[in-house]
Amino acid sequence: MTSHLGLMVLFSLSVSIVFATLQRDAPREQFLLAARLLGGFLGAGILIGWVLYFLPL
Amino acid sequence: MTAKPASRPDFTRIALILAAAWALPGAGHLWLGRRQKGLIFLVTLLLMFVFGLWLEGRLFPFELKQPLVALMALADLGLGLPYLITRALGAGGGRVVAVTYEYGNTFMIVAGLLNVLVMLDAVDVAEGRK
Repeated sequence: MTSHLGLMVLFSLSVSIVFATLQRDAPREQFLLAARLLGGFLGAGILIGWVLYFLPL
Repeated sequence: MTAKPASRPDFTRIALILAAAWALPGAGHLWLGRRQKGLIFLVTLLLMFVFGLWLEGRLFPFELKQPLVALMALADLGLGLPYLITRALGAGGGRVVAVTYEYGNTFMIVAGLLNVLVMLDAVDVAEGRK
């Protein structure tokens, strides 16, 4: 639960829910937007993580 | 015949809604009858705040000598009463050596900032823009 991935999922889920609730009025639209935002956040997080993997730090 | 004055927003009411929305996440929307939105904001933002505390994050004090700390304190303060109550109880001191310290900070800071967005949304609704 306190792994980086687990906390990233929890954080992304919370932010997606709040953004979607702010931007849409109908519950179905809120759900769809939250799902898209969550996918985008997680996808971007994992993608950026892989890009950083190749950086010699 | 005199012209009818244009309708102006009731600033006292809007200020009260803004204060309620700051004090308790979602309270502004609940006041305005947006029950579903208000409950979602209330549960989600309070959970983020509690997770931040559980992850041993810190509620930052206003230290003007350290501008970044003061900015983070301002963001924390966005959550209203939960922030003030937690500080009054002496909790939220954070544990810098904890692995989850920075995660906890992030959860609480972002919860406060998101509540500022929710407050602005409540004002938009109160003024009839949404």
